[in-house]
Amino acid sequence: MNSDSIILSGKGVTKVFGFGSRKTVAVDHVDFSFRQGEVISIVGESGSGKTTLAKLLLGLESLTEGTIYFEGQQRDIRSHRQKREYWKNIQAIFQDPFSAYNMFRRIDAVLLDCIQMRGGGRLPYEQKVAMMREACSFVNLKFDELTNKYPFELSGGQQQRLMIARVFLLKPKILLADEPTSMIDACSRATILDMLMALRAEIGMTPIFITHDIGLAYYVSDTVYIMEHGRFVESGSADEVILRPKEPYTRRLLNDVPKLHEEWDLSTV
Amino acid sequence: MKQMLGQIFRSGRFRLGFGIFAAIVLTVLIYPLVINDPPLEIVSRGTFLAPGIYVSVYDSVTASTRYTLIIDEAAARRIGSRLTADDRAAMQEWLVGTEIVEEGELNLDDTAALLELWHSSFDPAVRIPGMTNADRNYYIRLTASLDGLLATEGAIVAAPNATTGELEEQGVIEQTDYVNLSEVPNFRVLPLGTDNFGRDVLTELVSATGVSLIIGLVAGIVATTIGLILGLVSGYVGGVVDDIIVFITNLFTVIPSFVLLILISFSIGQEQRGAFTVAVVIGLTSWVWTARAVRAQVISLRNRDHVSLSKLSGHSIAYILAMDILPYIASYVVMALILQISSGILAEAGLSILGLGPRTTEVPTLGLMMNWALIYQAHIFGKWWAYFPVILVIALISFSLNLMNTGLDRVFNPTLRE
Amino acid sequence: MAKTVLEVRELTTRYITRFRESIYAVDHVSLKVDEGRSLGIAGESGCGKSTLALSLMGYYFPPLYYTSGQIIVDERNITGMDPDDVRKTILGNEVSYIPQAAMNALNPTRRVINFIEDVIQAHRPETTKREIYDMARERFELLGLPPEVLEKFPVELSGGMKQRTVIATSVILSPKVLVADEPSSALDVTSQKMVIKMVMDLMEKGIIKALVFITHELPLLYNVTDDIMVMYAGQVVERGTAQETVFDPIHPYTRALMGSIIVPEAGLRGVKLAAIPGTPPNLKRPPSGCRFAERCKYAMPECRAASVDLHETKAGRAYRCIIPEEDLRRLYKNEQ
Repeated sequence: MNSDSIILSGKGVTKVFGFGSRKTVAVDHVDFSFRQGEVISIVGESGSGKTTLAKLLLGLESLTEGTIYFEGQQRDIRSHRQKREYWKNIQAIFQDPFSAYNMFRRIDAVLLDCIQMRGGGRLPYEQKVAMMREACSFVNLKFDELTNKYPFELSGGQQQRLMIARVFLLKPKILLADEPTSMIDACSRATILDMLMALRAEIGMTPIFITHDIGLAYYVSDTVYIMEHGRFVESGSADEVILRPKEPYTRRLLNDVPKLHEEWDLSTV
Repeated sequence: MKQMLGQIFRSGRFRLGFGIFAAIVLTVLIYPLVINDPPLEIVSRGTFLAPGIYVSVYDSVTASTRYTLIIDEAAARRIGSRLTADDRAAMQEWLVGTEIVEEGELNLDDTAALLELWHSSFDPAVRIPGMTNADRNYYIRLTASLDGLLATEGAIVAAPNATTGELEEQGVIEQTDYVNLSEVPNFRVLPLGTDNFGRDVLTELVSATGVSLIIGLVAGIVATTIGLILGLVSGYVGGVVDDIIVFITNLFTVIPSFVLLILISFSIGQEQRGAFTVAVVIGLTSWVWTARAVRAQVISLRNRDHVSLSKLSGHSIAYILAMDILPYIASYVVMALILQISSGILAEAGLSILGLGPRTTEVPTLGLMMNWALIYQAHIFGKWWAYFPVILVIALISFSLNLMNTGLDRVFNPTLRE
Repeated sequence: MAKTVLEVRELTTRYITRFRESIYAVDHVSLKVDEGRSLGIAGESGCGKSTLALSLMGYYFPPLYYTSGQIIVDERNITGMDPDDVRKTILGNEVSYIPQAAMNALNPTRRVINFIEDVIQAHRPETTKREIYDMARERFELLGLPPEVLEKFPVELSGGMKQRTVIATSVILSPKVLVADEPSSALDVTSQKMVIKMVMDLMEKGIIKALVFITHELPLLYNVTDDIMVMYAGQVVERGTAQETVFDPIHPYTRALMGSIIVPEAGLRGVKLAAIPGTPPNLKRPPSGCRFAERCKYAMPECRAASVDLHETKAGRAYRCIIPEEDLRRLYKNEQ
């Protein structure tokens, strides 16, 4: 692997909330380098700082310390214009689809934003509709039934699919999926994961899953990072980390998850 | 939107509040079209004329046609209005006290017999036990006023002769003579009487209600706009900007706003204080709670996923504030505005009672009317029509606005729904 | 033959909406839990599993209404009882219920022991505070909870500890049945495990006689309960032991559900997950035939014609499909 294929990396990435005695270090000097095209998972329990890290990667929160490199270049997103450029490359899917949409804006407005973002604002309306229709059909939604609807009129799974349609239009290089399936049913989960993987193949993006579900991390990813108290305690290929964990924290995490073929040892709590 | 309006109007409280408020506003709008009198015109000499219909005596006497109506109770009513039940009781007391009649012998309803007995037996020199001089004078006055009470002849109308100056009989007005009110050119209905200056209270009240509503609206809009902008900026931008705005807000919070209002009003001076100025001053002193509440709401909203999504879609801060934050707090802001209108009206009333309201020469306000009633001691003299309708209108406006607010609250805040 | 602690016969309950529409969230559901056994209820959100949990207690409040059926707790029929009597004599004494957000039930301004006092005195007003304290302390020690917790305020406790405290309190009167609706879903894996350990202890130490456990997390359900009942659109679609339902499902829906399980175990990376297209039917107007027909890949025209009965294959094992068990198994085999 040469360094050219590293799409996103960080050195000493730190985020501190508050100051003085009420200081909380959410992300504590984290180093990482994500290879292009790989599926990456960041696994942690609540309070591990994984959501804060996601926001740092997205540029929604500012770094307290450290540097993030995007495609080998130091990331500079101080101005709104720079942020806009950066966000053409990195997009997100959020955990709770019901709170992720502005409930006063219609579905077509959400999708039109994406076309605008990709510089298609001046395209004739018919062409925009064709693009939106294509994006919706990619996620098995019927665009013509959705145009006058609001996102909250859809089911959770449909909203999450609409989110994927958004990403389809934006074609970012990186997709941060923050617990994309934890609020939806097991059966819809399979659909969503299938679509994300199909999208990855379609637009060649690098997905980063932020999740508490170690099973999901194992299922989808090539590389897994285990996060505890703002630090990465273990990282490596999925098989290595999940099947042969070295760190006690990873082992505990795995041990605490109920499984199907192994005895769930309740005595070790 | 349509659905939400439907839901709002399904709330009984909102409907009642809206009904009262709409009735008040419609009255304010329609009344001047029907009765086009200047509200501050002085219509009477003398103050605090009681509510009623005032008929020109001259026009009645000189009316072109007189009609004769035979009404049985007319005489009795005429006597009744001059010889009241109290007078009859007093007469009985004297007659019984001097042992001219036994208690129970006297029929007080038989006016003719009573008067005859009184005329034949009343003697100012005879005192009954416990009678004071004041009582004696009262009996003497009563006796004098009873003269001619039972007379059936009419009144003579006389005019001075142009050359001799002697009074000459022009005609007789019989007791059964009537004029048709529609043939009397001058009469004035004063449903709420007149105030201390002799102004028609109703006309003044309607005009004052309109002015006060405008003051409330202006004050409310000023306060809500300032509070909304400061709250939005402070909550969303955060950091140093937030610290500065919070500092200013806290300063205004600890100074009682009414004291501030009094000081500002006083320093502006009577001559500079128009109704609009007062409204703006009220607005400038009452934005604090809106700002604080909006800031709190924005802080809870700014980290929501839909705001993050909007940022990721490349929208600017102004766009996010307007499209992703404002609609979520709009219901709250509308409710705050309604409350600000209500408290603006009350603040104006409070200021005016203290004599710090708008200058008194141009328009009446509800507060000014209260102030005048207070200064001229309407409440001591029992001239209820000068202040009670004003209080009622203030209470109704405040009540209806608050009702609308609780109705809205129930729609916007599902946890309060039954 | 073990004694039956909880029996439900053809229970139907419905929600009545603001527009006077009836939603039959629990539709002729029967179940039976014997002494010392636990029953798991699985299904998608909106399938009626939480409503069933609420209905099991015989305590209804608007918009949920009882329609028909019977609930028998320890040979005592509690259907049609006055809600006040149910609250005083059944809840806490016979049946206890723990919702997902149970930990929010603690009043932040009062100590844990005050909360326990309220619970006990609501049922046994003559108990003194001293007795309650001793009772609570003994029970907490038995369940491995530190007794110091009793003197603490809820804010001083972690989420998992709060949840365990509320569970321990809700079974302080040793009810016969515990109905737990997603008691650990809002918690981290470690706290979840502690909560589950405690629930299992309740069974082992004989504090409760039977457990009804509801969750959408199938690996958890498989590890916790003896039997599993799968619900779809208000109806039971399959019933059997945990082993049978997870590894040998009969109904196409159960099969799809089990095919979507993700666990961190070797060999499961990237295997094709079973996805079910479409959405569950609207229970305001449920379809006349099989309710799963719309989403079922084996559906035939007959499926939509008439409602399908629950077929019992052997004691405690049943499925709701018009295709016979052997044919379904053949279909599944051909797919592989």
